[in-house]
Amino acid sequence: MKHPYLVKLRFLLLLVLGLTASLGAWAQAGTGTISGRVTDAKNEGLPGVTVLVDGTSIGGSTNADGTYTISGVPAGARTLVISFVGYSTTRQAVTVNAGQTTNVAAQSLAENATALGEAVVVGYGTQRRQDLTGAVEQISEKQFVKGQVTNPEQLVQGKVAGVQITTGGGAPGSNSQILIRGGSSLSASNQPLIIIDGVPVDNTGLAGASNPLSLINPNDIESITVLKDASSTAIYGVRASNGVILVTTKRGTQGDSFHVTASTNQSISTPVKYVDVLNADEFRALVNAKGSASQKASLGTSNTNWQKEIFRNAYTADNNVSISGAAGVVPYRISTGYLYQEGILKRNDLKRYTGALTLNPVLLNGNLRVNLNLKGSWIDNNFSDQGAVGAAVGYDPTQAVTSSEAKYAPFGGYFQFLDPSGNGQLNGLANLNPVALINQRRDRSTVKRSIGNLQLDYKIPFVPGLSANLNVGYDVQRGRGTLSAPITAAAFYNQRGVNNNYAQDLNNTLLEAYGRYERTFGAMKLEFLAGYSFQKFQNRNYIVNNNSADGTIFQQPVAPAYNGAFTTLNTNVLEGYYSRLNLNFSDRYLLTGTFRADGTSRFNPKHFGYFPSGAFAWRIKGEDFLKDNNAISDLKLRIGYGQTGQQDLGGDYYPYLANLGLSTLTAQYQLGNSFYQTLRSNQYNPNITWETTTTYNAGIDYGFFGGRLYGSVDVYRRDTKNLLYFTNIPALSGLSNAGNFNIGSLTNRGVEAIANVDLVKGERLNISVNLNGTYNHNEITKLTNSDSSNDIGQKVGGISGGVGNTVQVNSVGYTAQTFYLQQQVYGQDGKPLEGVYVDRNGNGTTGDDFYRNHAGRPNYILGGGANMTYRGFNLAFTLRANLGNYIYNNQRSQAFYDASSNGFVGNKNREVLNSGFTTAQYYSDYFLENGSFLRMQNATLGYNFGELVKKGTNLSVSFAVQNVFVITKYTGLDPEIVNFSTPPTQGIDQTIYPRPRTFTVGLNLGI
Amino acid sequence: MQRNFTRTLGMLALAAGLAAASSCTKDLNQTPDYSANAEVVYSDPAQIQQVLARLYATFAVSGQQGPAGQPDITGIDEGFSNYLRQYWQIQEVTTDEAVIGWADGSLPKLNTNQWDANNEFVRATYDRVFYEISLCNEFIRQTSDANLSKRGLASADANAVRTYRDEARVLRALCYWHAIDLFGGGPFATEADAVGTVPQYKKGSDMFTYVESELKAVDAAGLLLAPRAVYGRADKAVCWTLLTKLYLNAKVYTGTDHATDAVTYANKVLGAGYTLSPTYSWLFLADNGQSAAKNEIIFPINFDGIKTQTYGGMTYLVHAPAGGLVNLDSLGISSGWGGLRTKPALTSLFPGGAKGRSDARQGSFFTRGQKSSVDTLTLFTNGYLVLKYKNVTSTGGSGSDAKVNGGSGNFTDTDFPMFRLADVQLMYAEALLRGGTGGTAGTALDMVNAVRKRSGAAQLASVQLSDILDERGRELYWEGHRRTDLIRFGKYTTGYNWAFKGGTPTGKDIEAFRTIFPIPNTDRAVNSNLPQNPGY
Repeated sequence: MKHPYLVKLRFLLLLVLGLTASLGAWAQAGTGTISGRVTDAKNEGLPGVTVLVDGTSIGGSTNADGTYTISGVPAGARTLVISFVGYSTTRQAVTVNAGQTTNVAAQSLAENATALGEAVVVGYGTQRRQDLTGAVEQISEKQFVKGQVTNPEQLVQGKVAGVQITTGGGAPGSNSQILIRGGSSLSASNQPLIIIDGVPVDNTGLAGASNPLSLINPNDIESITVLKDASSTAIYGVRASNGVILVTTKRGTQGDSFHVTASTNQSISTPVKYVDVLNADEFRALVNAKGSASQKASLGTSNTNWQKEIFRNAYTADNNVSISGAAGVVPYRISTGYLYQEGILKRNDLKRYTGALTLNPVLLNGNLRVNLNLKGSWIDNNFSDQGAVGAAVGYDPTQAVTSSEAKYAPFGGYFQFLDPSGNGQLNGLANLNPVALINQRRDRSTVKRSIGNLQLDYKIPFVPGLSANLNVGYDVQRGRGTLSAPITAAAFYNQRGVNNNYAQDLNNTLLEAYGRYERTFGAMKLEFLAGYSFQKFQNRNYIVNNNSADGTIFQQPVAPAYNGAFTTLNTNVLEGYYSRLNLNFSDRYLLTGTFRADGTSRFNPKHFGYFPSGAFAWRIKGEDFLKDNNAISDLKLRIGYGQTGQQDLGGDYYPYLANLGLSTLTAQYQLGNSFYQTLRSNQYNPNITWETTTTYNAGIDYGFFGGRLYGSVDVYRRDTKNLLYFTNIPALSGLSNAGNFNIGSLTNRGVEAIANVDLVKGERLNISVNLNGTYNHNEITKLTNSDSSNDIGQKVGGISGGVGNTVQVNSVGYTAQTFYLQQQVYGQDGKPLEGVYVDRNGNGTTGDDFYRNHAGRPNYILGGGANMTYRGFNLAFTLRANLGNYIYNNQRSQAFYDASSNGFVGNKNREVLNSGFTTAQYYSDYFLENGSFLRMQNATLGYNFGELVKKGTNLSVSFAVQNVFVITKYTGLDPEIVNFSTPPTQGIDQTIYPRPRTFTVGLNLGI
Repeated sequence: MQRNFTRTLGMLALAAGLAAASSCTKDLNQTPDYSANAEVVYSDPAQIQQVLARLYATFAVSGQQGPAGQPDITGIDEGFSNYLRQYWQIQEVTTDEAVIGWADGSLPKLNTNQWDANNEFVRATYDRVFYEISLCNEFIRQTSDANLSKRGLASADANAVRTYRDEARVLRALCYWHAIDLFGGGPFATEADAVGTVPQYKKGSDMFTYVESELKAVDAAGLLLAPRAVYGRADKAVCWTLLTKLYLNAKVYTGTDHATDAVTYANKVLGAGYTLSPTYSWLFLADNGQSAAKNEIIFPINFDGIKTQTYGGMTYLVHAPAGGLVNLDSLGISSGWGGLRTKPALTSLFPGGAKGRSDARQGSFFTRGQKSSVDTLTLFTNGYLVLKYKNVTSTGGSGSDAKVNGGSGNFTDTDFPMFRLADVQLMYAEALLRGGTGGTAGTALDMVNAVRKRSGAAQLASVQLSDILDERGRELYWEGHRRTDLIRFGKYTTGYNWAFKGGTPTGKDIEAFRTIFPIPNTDRAVNSNLPQNPGY
């Protein structure tokens, strides 16, 4: 069997070679050479500056001393366009004489205050910021969140308008929910598409890794660009509905000298707060007052703060070394990093080794740009038992951690509640000793990931403006883990301990090719791009045995899958054809149109969906009446429209397929004397197809006072229809009671604003402030085909306490995951009356009086920060706020006195003393709290010694605090809550691994 | 020259595009390597039998990955919503026989007869019933004579498959009977309705006609296995027992009495060679599929501690009533769930109540550390325990997953006797007392006394219709019959109360419409053909 990639690659190579050969003969007479030098304001040479002959693709870049030479320039009057990231582009007229070298006077580039000329990474290319027509925001290294940042997404947390990033908790490598503009899907994934150096990476969860992004070293990242509206994302068609994040890593610079950068960050993390539970004396008093005989008898004599027993101050070291420079024509960057991060939960730590190599030479007289990126990482996780976090909150504080009594010997000497019948067995309903959970479990994984690609950009000679781009890449992940616990571990008591392995492989391969044509016709610039993309995701799972601690198989060995193998492979193939047309009239009127046809293996036989977009921008600043106006330094209007798709149903790879699934050996059925592994007809939907989001966006980019104040304001509306929705099936019409269908629609509407202010700009003192704010309203507009008034919607948002209890609902006319509770009635004393609720519909009973109110998602997301420099000192901080998000405090709602527990009592939130409830009142809105908060994400103080060692070197030190403070009325541990259920929910506070406060000392040396 | 180039380029690009497109479009056709396709499965008699086994398994397990995982239905905890667990719960917890202490969702509303159309347990029961019907429809469709000949099965194989198909029809009829009994009708589809068809509504009396005709047709075809041929299969006796149940309750379902038909089919079962288990308690032990108890069981739902694991079914029935001072080893399990108890209404049917031991059937009651009355629903100590189902054997051994056998102590071997001879004997007697012909009052008395004799209960001199309800209570308590029986005897909604009926501790009358449950709103929201039952 031929590998499809080889076939495709060979074809493309032939194509490129053929073109080169056929064109090589097409020489042209009458050319000359241009040379010159580009400097900065201090008259020092600027390396890496792009110098282009206007209207052609002829050009080059400056070398280390800022000089350049361009040969083969057609004779005649020409204009040079000199551009560099962060500097204003200048144009220079020259006359080229055939066969001669024309020396151009040195050009000085001015630093670009508004960064309008900055190259912004967009889909399949870069654009000048001033040419953008869509809602695109790029955060580069200078603006990143500082301090102990170990996962890439934390670099921009709070920095980008319209982007809500919520970490799952304080565990090292913890997963994050990234929501761009409110999330346009309901059951399908709401994660944005993440592309690292041109490789769309696999966001599938990997066994043994809580967060696939944690395998990327943030120190290697140069910039993160967020594409938010459809005109910028639609070129990614199928996966673009929830936005696109483009990550660009650092690379070497042409002609640069050899540099070494070494940095180290040393941190201490400390728990900020514990869940407010009763102490031993309070607890004892409560049980003695309210408990049954068996409960009173279960009380111990100790005084244990279980939360303090399981948490600790944790140490983190993050060391990075990189070398960069240029070896001849080959710029390079090689970096390596080592992260050792301890969690504040005992025995929880992570070790990450990373390495990256980038080579980016420009060959063949500047015609061939090569970009090779290789990244590798290796993480050793030591998970500890995170169930201990919840167990510690609810464990009897009168018990000691360990006991020498003989009856506890089978449990390793740890105190455990035993069955009240006195049979010496565990009490199956009681919590387990939290310290034992941690100490008697070894839960480790090793996760490896490599991402790499080779990108060739070839300017086809003699066809001015035409280039071909080929990108081949991969993203490979391996997860391996072991879970073991001794025979004395109560958590695996029935299984006699555990000794298990697990494994998962993810292979993602990519082939992309596009052609690009760029031409200037008088005042009009045209760029046309057309390409093809093929990506294959393979997810292999291994079927493994369940063992006891001694390694013997517990109960029975696993059976192979239907095909006889002990692995299962899921494959998703995406194939797309895309094109983009950019038109620029006099740098004033900008038009962008894109179109993508995307195919997915998830839908069959109708694989393809079609996603167009269009945008127009009017750069008013370019008009004569504003050109010379200093007060208004920039003004641009943008409007855009586009459609994007969604096909990511997570684990459901073949929703269209009628098939039968084989049961495991533990779900056999006996007929007569034989047991049968059964075959089940699985639910499927032959008509399943694309979810489509239509986005309307209008924005203004502004700059005032010579660029001292600049930013943008965007309004948007995003309508999703044919929602991929896991919803109920009419009974008897399918092969389950629910499945994936294209039903329903929802809308996100919002406003985003960004303001950057250079408050003080001076020789010594500089103060800049950046602010961003987002209002987003998410509303479900349709959920069923019948529009039945009987439909309360789909209950979601499971809670702890009781099986299957939910507190949220997806209903038409409301935000996704709106709370659905009963309205509490309060007594004269202001205390809630147990079990008494408002009869909202006046029918005499209150069992049916649930109402919808508030949601876990914030209405407003605000971010901001300031950066002050004074001589070598630097002070920066980042603030984030969410407003209007509500939280169901599940910790409090479980705090009723439960007299029914037999032979044990669990500790309670202090709430138990306030309400005095004796039965569960899980549906009371008494437990719904406003979760609005303001958090100081980080504060950093640094000092730069400058060239302390020798010329060209740099030494800086910094001191940073993460999670400095949180201001909130919320009574629980932390008002920022996301639960990674399917789909993830916001606003239900069960138990969260606390986010610590972290103090970091950093040292950075550049040679 | 430039034009030529442009053309060349265009052609090349086009060729590249087409080549890439043709090779890759194939890549868009992906199928899993680990699942089976219907053409293959239904061409192989052995695999067809595996699909048939799945139709039976729906009552026992909750998905394809015991004890939990790859669930059959979603929207509710998998083990919680298992078919047998839900069916048992809705038949028992809503009556005078059982009380459940957990505050999971709207579970307490079942206890207090205050359910509404949003009750997730009513929904789970409904979803399991119709899920099984869907599976049966698919099986019957795939094994049609046309498909069998198309797939070229040998004639002996085809005949075996035709028997499977008729078993599937019996199982489907069983589920439609549950739909009639619980919901007074509901959506209706057969193998003739392709997957994706939104079904029409059929009211209970019409569904009754359909079930009756199906069972009679299957019976007449004669393809079902002979009674007792293979333990666990839906044989002729299962078909007859189901018809007996249908006819005995026909007055409730259709308004027309079918007592004589009930006698007719009960007679067939009585003549099929079943014998009462010598010891009452054996019927509910881990080896009830092997011991002499097997000879009484007409239709079991089979469980195995190692091979058929679930958090519903028998796992639930053994664990949920265990707690307090119960010795777990005596039940062959390692933990109790502390949920199920009974009300005095049940134990007072026996001489001496829960603590009497003159009747072997009283042996299940556990009173130590428990109090008789149920004053607080959630307090496990309120109400005596019923330790009827156990994971130990008639010879003193323990189930395969019991701790002493190296297991986890979680899962049980005990089979659930859905239909058994004593039930048929009591139905026979009742049908006669209801005026059915085909027997005499004397044979009715003999049948009742035969059941009583086994447990050492005093022989009755005569038997009235009203005695039957109490005798069914004594013989069949906690076996999933109670709600249907109370309704048939007109004692479910008014005139007879028990603790927490209607939501008050002493119990009160409830609305007449509560003899059937509402059609869940979840289904009415997606199927506009479904009317709501009156009162909801």
